[in-house]
Amino acid sequence: MAYSDKVLDHYENPRNVGTLDKDDPHVGTGMVGAPACGDVMKLQIKVSDDGVIQDAKFKTYGCGSAIASSSLVTEWLKGKTLDQASEIKNSAIAEELALPPVKIHCSVLAEDAIKSAIADLKSKQGK
Amino acid sequence: MTQDIARKPIYLDYSSTTPIDPRVAEKMIPFITEHFGNPASRSHSFGWTAEKGVEEAREEVAKLVNADPREIVWTSGATESNNLAIKGASHFYSAKGKHILTVATEHKCVIDSFRELEREGYTATYLEPEPNGLVDLEKFKKAIRPDTVLASVMFVNNEIGVIQDIEALGNICREQKVIFHVDAAQATGKVNIDLEKLPVDLMSFSAHKTYGPKGIGALYVRRKPRIRIEAQMHGGGHERGMRSGTLATHQIVGMGEAFRIARVEMQLENERIRKLRDKLLHGLQDMEEVYVNGDLKQRIPHNLNISFNYVEGESLIMAVKDIAVSSGSACTSASLEPSYVLRALGRSDELAHSSIRFSIGRYTTEADVDFTIQLLKEKIQKLRDLSPLWDMFKDGIDISKVEWAAH
Repeated sequence: MAYSDKVLDHYENPRNVGTLDKDDPHVGTGMVGAPACGDVMKLQIKVSDDGVIQDAKFKTYGCGSAIASSSLVTEWLKGKTLDQASEIKNSAIAEELALPPVKIHCSVLAEDAIKSAIADLKSKQGK
Repeated sequence: MTQDIARKPIYLDYSSTTPIDPRVAEKMIPFITEHFGNPASRSHSFGWTAEKGVEEAREEVAKLVNADPREIVWTSGATESNNLAIKGASHFYSAKGKHILTVATEHKCVIDSFRELEREGYTATYLEPEPNGLVDLEKFKKAIRPDTVLASVMFVNNEIGVIQDIEALGNICREQKVIFHVDAAQATGKVNIDLEKLPVDLMSFSAHKTYGPKGIGALYVRRKPRIRIEAQMHGGGHERGMRSGTLATHQIVGMGEAFRIARVEMQLENERIRKLRDKLLHGLQDMEEVYVNGDLKQRIPHNLNISFNYVEGESLIMAVKDIAVSSGSACTSASLEPSYVLRALGRSDELAHSSIRFSIGRYTTEADVDFTIQLLKEKIQKLRDLSPLWDMFKDGIDISKVEWAAH
């Protein structure tokens, strides 16, 4: 599998690996994928009262591009508002990482993870 | 990202192929240059010299497996030997019946030869092995029908290294008057083979799995009782009509020397390799959630096939690029399917995906094994630290009971 240098860099040095307290009312957690399909992504965001993402953490079980896609979005999410975050598209992730066509689903999964984390936060905060 | 092109990975893939032993290469070279004659040329010394080389090699191959040299037929490798044995014998004895029997974990070339015979109208049974990879003798016996003409079982499995009970399987075949073929490509130099004693009718060999050259193999065809096969390659009637084509003298000489070395050195070599394998196994078993695939006792010492749970296969292969190994992961196969061998053992897709086959050989050192243990421990830890499934496992959550949204 010929991966781009960016994928390899994120794979070798993943950013923002870790876990936030899922019971914190300011934390939204998204878990997408399935082990049988070969990838599971857990993405967490911590959001301030004025709706800006302060921190983002991930853990991913999956191939190199799945790890890179989730690592990349944690970088992108920090400092964004929830509205800006929900506008991140899988195509932008795929383009940034130069994912080969068979790995596009990894970027789709990363986009799903963002949406899922935001939805979790909103349901928690009763919005 | 910088890549150190000069540094080669450590080779732990001896079950895929082996390097030619330098002693073998040395023996081959004169047969490429000065002794270039055609061994079929009977009218001059060029031919006689080549023929002598071929016949000496035939004796060496026969000696390793305690057979008569006249029972050895040269082929291009184990794939051809398996094709020739399975199709050749099934065709010749088709009057007896059109049912053929093998095991689901056989090499692709056996499975595909069976598929071809199915297209010709034969009926095939692909017996599932036990979860440890071994064939249950009772199930094997029950799978034989009155119209079974041939059974084919490999001596040593290429992926998991388990050794089948060839003697017992052969005796069952004898009782039922079924031709018994054995693919021994992975067995030579690793297990003792005595064809005087083993009730085997046809046996396939390969040179390049035993430190000989690629592109050469042999088929053992029993003389007493005499086994007949229909040729698959027609031409000048070489190899008593069973396999036409000018003999590849230098390759044959190489195979002979490789098998001679195997005969002389295998006891000591296997002991040394067993120690290395045990060291590797103990080093890796320090980690949690590590599963050995295939029976550990009835197995060649050269093979260790292990699944690392909660680590995805492709990322694992990326992580261990400093060692050359093969994987049961879909991402490393042309078919994008996880190993059919591991799945036949009842392993889940996830465990099949996260498997690595380490195969140790003549040039593996203790330092190689130490490096491998260190590398695997470090990388598995890193990938598990990244894995949400590992966290769930640590929290006591049964992942198989979680409802995942399949995508």
